[in-house]
Amino acid sequence: MSAPSDPIGRRLPDSAAAYWERDLVKILGTLGFVYVLYLFVGLLLGYDLFGQLNSLRRLTFLIVVYGIAALVVNLHWGYSGLFNIGVVGFMAVGVYTATILSRPVAGQNPTGSLPGFGIPLPIAVVGGVLAAAATGYAAALPSLRLRDDYFAIVTLAFAEIVRITFKSAELQEVTVLGWTFGTGGGRGIRTFSNPVRDFFDTTGQPLVAAVERLGVDGQLVSGWAFVFVLLGILIGTYWLIARLSASPFGRVLKGIRDDEEATQSLAKHTASFKIRAFVIGCAVLGLLGIVWQGASSGYITPDRFIPELTFFIWIALIIGGAGSNTGTIVGTILFVGMVLEGPAQVRRIVDEFVGLSGSVPTFPDGLAALAGGNVDPILLYVFDQTSALRVVLTGVVLIWLLKRRPEGLFGDRREVASSIDLEARVEERRGRGSEAAGSDSE
Amino acid sequence: MSRSPESEAAGTDAPGLDGGGDPVLRVDGLEKTFEGVTALDGVSFGVESETLTGLIGPNGAGKSTTFNVVSGAIEPDAGRVTFDGEDITGLKPNRTSSRGLVRTFQIARELEEMTVLENMMLPPTNQRGEAAWRSILPGTRGGVQDEEEEVFERAWEMLEFFDIDHLALEEAGALSGGQRKLLELARALMLDPEVLLLDEPFAGVNPSLERDLLDRLEDLRDRGRTFLLVEHDMDLIMEHCERVIVMHQGRTLVTGTPEEVRSEERVIEAYLGGEVS
Repeated sequence: MSAPSDPIGRRLPDSAAAYWERDLVKILGTLGFVYVLYLFVGLLLGYDLFGQLNSLRRLTFLIVVYGIAALVVNLHWGYSGLFNIGVVGFMAVGVYTATILSRPVAGQNPTGSLPGFGIPLPIAVVGGVLAAAATGYAAALPSLRLRDDYFAIVTLAFAEIVRITFKSAELQEVTVLGWTFGTGGGRGIRTFSNPVRDFFDTTGQPLVAAVERLGVDGQLVSGWAFVFVLLGILIGTYWLIARLSASPFGRVLKGIRDDEEATQSLAKHTASFKIRAFVIGCAVLGLLGIVWQGASSGYITPDRFIPELTFFIWIALIIGGAGSNTGTIVGTILFVGMVLEGPAQVRRIVDEFVGLSGSVPTFPDGLAALAGGNVDPILLYVFDQTSALRVVLTGVVLIWLLKRRPEGLFGDRREVASSIDLEARVEERRGRGSEAAGSDSE
Repeated sequence: MSRSPESEAAGTDAPGLDGGGDPVLRVDGLEKTFEGVTALDGVSFGVESETLTGLIGPNGAGKSTTFNVVSGAIEPDAGRVTFDGEDITGLKPNRTSSRGLVRTFQIARELEEMTVLENMMLPPTNQRGEAAWRSILPGTRGGVQDEEEEVFERAWEMLEFFDIDHLALEEAGALSGGQRKLLELARALMLDPEVLLLDEPFAGVNPSLERDLLDRLEDLRDRGRTFLLVEHDMDLIMEHCERVIVMHQGRTLVTGTPEEVRSEERVIEAYLGGEVS
């Protein structure tokens, strides 16, 4: 067996390194590490059981949804070389379609907000996924002949067009052939009620009551249950992409990534493979849009789907290393735990220990205090800027990776594109060969 | 498809064209201009079945462009490519290669981040697992795997034939120049091609490996394959090819046996850099 090539595996003692090579150990190990960090922060902040569980729930939720998106980007970029930076566009198409389809028909609308087509939610979800896939097809068809970078520009522009279209006042509410529906424009649209929460509000109520008797807030039950549903989708996506990449289909995708012209000269209709890979990914993104943006908060606005979100998803992939599903998940755990949520955690600690909570000083005040020998106000100011810190941290991580490990933490891991274990077949052959050679010499 | 009388003449006047046998691959009056620069100006020749045919000519004669046009990477402005009696002009590389006309590149184009075996198992056409759903669904994946076992067997045999089976699990990007050439040829053969277009297969290959490679080409020819190879080493061409096509300034200058070509005045002039009438 080859020695571990990632920076963590290399530093482990041999006995542990062998375990580390297992995908599940890698993922759960990293997840455990981040959990422990968060629990420790929770301890520092004096969280009770509810607080701790809720902080982990939020963390897990973000890891799972970013993980699904990063896996799709890995299918597109890591396996097929398709530079898709329009990820949010396909999510938006999915969730808007499902929402508009499932909104109650005009007149039967209890809330008085935007009407739709009154289609049952499961069918509406299928509709949203299909719409995202179809849009992926439409976006890819004319642009697949373009080189990587131009393809990237097209997908980015596409996502912006989608966002601006949904934002446009023209489409806020329209009536076509007697059907009234709309996107809600810039104000957004109420989506649909989350079936998981509905379940625990009705049939599942006894479960919630049982948990509450243990002294924990009942909200946690539906919250965690929803996270587990999303986790199911993540595992499904992982399985789908792992299966796709370990097959003749995945082999052609890898060939396209390495050298499209050469692959074409080997009797492969490369455009068809690229389109199929792209559309499959877009369908998953459509579903993700529905369950993440649509189901979690019950309300969507076009500005949820800004390019920044796409870039965060890409960074999660880059940290782990494109071309490896396991690396993608580990990268996502680290990205969400450290870069995305890290600054907020640090801020809470600073808040707690520096004090002055509630009154955040301005930058000049902070400087003035610093000149007077008091560090606290400037610290408080700096760590109050969580979203800015996130971007700064992202930049630092990217520069570090670029210099030290451009392939990502697990990017040079080899995931062989075949449905059978080639390594075992080769070993077998070699064993047979040397036996034959041995008997010859006797 | 307009063919200028001039280019017609360039083809038919050449000694030995169509001499005996029937060509498995024919090109007639190929013309191609890139933004005002004429790359091909009436290229016509035939490649007979089961031969090693050399395509030679000074730099810029249009050899690589001819390969690009024949394989379908570039569409010609005029002219016709016939393979196995069928017009394949303008068919894309994936179509020409699946019909059995496969090319290799001047600079070996390995799929660098894939292992040697993955490279070898890529080409076979119509693999069941190339349909995404068959590779995913539990009910159909078994069939995909069965077929992959067969593809693996073939790939392994081919690697053994080229003596690179010890590299099977290496990444192709880690191979030496000569090994890449071997892999590229072995990979092309996975398509079971009738005709192979080899663009400088011996460039950067050490003499003993070159000898080895030539033996294998001759072996494969004897088993019924046809090779058209671009090569700069005149001695090698003259010694091993049954037929030689000489190109100059985008045209076919001479076609014939090595002896015929060697004694041809115009070839010597072309190589000395003169304007050939």
